[in-house]
Amino acid sequence: MLKILKYSFYDLSRSRWSYVYFFFYLLLGVVLLFLNNDLSNAVITLMNVIIILVPLISTIFGVMYFYNSREFTELLLALPVSRNSIFLGQYFGLAISLSTSLILGLGLPFIAYGVLQSGAIWDFASLLISGVFLSLIFTALALNIALSNENKIKGFGLAILLWLFMAIVYDGLFLVALVYFQDYPLDKFSLITIMLNPIDLSRILILLKLDISALLGYTGAVFKDFFGTALGTIISFSVLICWVILPVWRIKYISEKKDF
Amino acid sequence: MIKQLHRVFFYLKSKFLCVALIGFMIENIAAQKIIVCENCEVNSLQTAIQQAEANDTIFIKNGIYKEHDVIIDKALHIKGENYPVIDAEMGGMGLKIKAENFSVEALKIINVGTSHTKDFAGILISEGKKFELKNNILDDVFFGILIERSSEGIISGNRIESNSKEQATSGNGIHIWKSENILVKNNTVKGLRDGIYFEFVDKSKIINNTCKNNLRYGLHFMFSNNDLYKSNVFENNGAGVAVMYSKFIDMQHNHFRKNWGSASYGLLLKEITDSTLKNNNFEDNTIAISADNTNRIDFLENDFKNNGYAVRIRGAVYDNKFKRNNFLYNSFDVAYTGKLNNNEFLNNYWSNYSGYDLDKDGIGDVPFRPVSLFSYVVNKTPEAIILLRSMFIDLLNFSEKVSPIFTPADLIDKQPKMKKIVW
Repeated sequence: MLKILKYSFYDLSRSRWSYVYFFFYLLLGVVLLFLNNDLSNAVITLMNVIIILVPLISTIFGVMYFYNSREFTELLLALPVSRNSIFLGQYFGLAISLSTSLILGLGLPFIAYGVLQSGAIWDFASLLISGVFLSLIFTALALNIALSNENKIKGFGLAILLWLFMAIVYDGLFLVALVYFQDYPLDKFSLITIMLNPIDLSRILILLKLDISALLGYTGAVFKDFFGTALGTIISFSVLICWVILPVWRIKYISEKKDF
Repeated sequence: MIKQLHRVFFYLKSKFLCVALIGFMIENIAAQKIIVCENCEVNSLQTAIQQAEANDTIFIKNGIYKEHDVIIDKALHIKGENYPVIDAEMGGMGLKIKAENFSVEALKIINVGTSHTKDFAGILISEGKKFELKNNILDDVFFGILIERSSEGIISGNRIESNSKEQATSGNGIHIWKSENILVKNNTVKGLRDGIYFEFVDKSKIINNTCKNNLRYGLHFMFSNNDLYKSNVFENNGAGVAVMYSKFIDMQHNHFRKNWGSASYGLLLKEITDSTLKNNNFEDNTIAISADNTNRIDFLENDFKNNGYAVRIRGAVYDNKFKRNNFLYNSFDVAYTGKLNNNEFLNNYWSNYSGYDLDKDGIGDVPFRPVSLFSYVVNKTPEAIILLRSMFIDLLNFSEKVSPIFTPADLIDKQPKMKKIVW
């Protein structure tokens, strides 16, 4: 599996798209710092970008990569290598290269700007950690989609729908539910609903790190009380980890049964 | 003839001088100096006061004086040297004063007891007049300075500290009740319940004070009219300033900072009318201004920066003007309940404004809507705050901006400024 991981990783690191991805983040980091002149403001703007773009790029790129390397996968399948190691190797190769582009692309300009010496270092670190988690989660979901759909167009369509649902529609439905049931106590409901969506969860985790004042209002206090405690942090990270493990487990499950 | 006149004149002059000199000497003898020190004949403040006559000055040398409930009932000037310590040993008040024309300067009063039935204070003045409390240090006190039914006093340069834990078992820093013409200046109050508390205090001034880390309010106004507060700093209090049931208050150049928490405001306005807020600075507050039953108030040239809500308008708020303010990077600029009610927003600078200025006159050509749909939603269902900064909300706000349906249509700034206002 390590060999295949290494191969996937090298293959991707030679690919044009990884560089496009890397340079995109690099440019974004530089431009943000140049325009904002203030680390913590830049971190806030960056958050918006990360929670929207990282899932989008990971899903699209994941589906694309899998469809493109299909012939190579079939070749590998003919060899005496276990299916597990082929698909997991590909998955981790992809996820790691995407995360590396993210970390390097954003990390370099911020380090050059002096984030290590500033108080924003933890905000920035939590931003990168959430980014990495989102990459892992959405690459795994993308591979799931690609594995279950032979039809490329259908696969891409589903991938975009998945992103649309997680990033936008979910919040919309959530808001409708909140407004509709506003006469009932909704603290717990909203806590759980937010935790179930990795994009929302990372957004809240970053926002609370940044101490956005509005969130500290009357209702915000409920969330702060939960996410601010050790238990809350552990639970939210467990949820993120679950979001990685479940799709990866499904990749394993499908790949063992699938007839190529 | 002229010479004789001269002589008479000189005679009179010398006589007059003599009389003046004698008069002066008598006065000088009358205004005695009494020195108190640990090893002196007079070794306690209370005995010194008993010996003293009106207009005397009592000097207290450095040392520790374990006294409480020291009563001052004449016009005395008490002056400490190198901050002598009056230790009340948790037994009661520090000084109890009921006099006119007196001053207390440079004392350090510590360990004032806590009581649930009596308002123990470091310095209590009741029915005082023409007094001055200057440069005292009050440490570990229940109430700091407590003034009632007094007038024409100056309280300046005092430092009051305590470490209050609960509202119910703590007192206020400078507590003034039913008084007039008081000047509170250059004081620092930390770690009490209310930093400065005014109740039925008229025509008074609060200038250049610092209130930090207090449990409840930095400054608390109740039923006080015609007052001015200026250039004060209110930082990290339970809530910054509460102005309630008052009229004709002038608020200028104050800083309201870091009033963070679930029910925290920079400034809470409740039942207040005909006042002015000018050149104040609101930064990092959960809610910078919360207005409730406030009428005819001018908000001019204030800065609102990085607050959760810059201005939150609740019910029964009429005829207020917001002009030339800077709204910078707040999560919500204005949250509104109900109709516009004749309030006016004009010529403000909004960092969220995205319009243009074709004729280059510094005023945006498109009106700005300070109330976003999201703030409207959050007002109705507070839990929705958890969707802050999500993409769905951005889309929602954008579509509402294009064609407003839910937010009050006439709530606009017709002439938003293109550049930050410098004042």
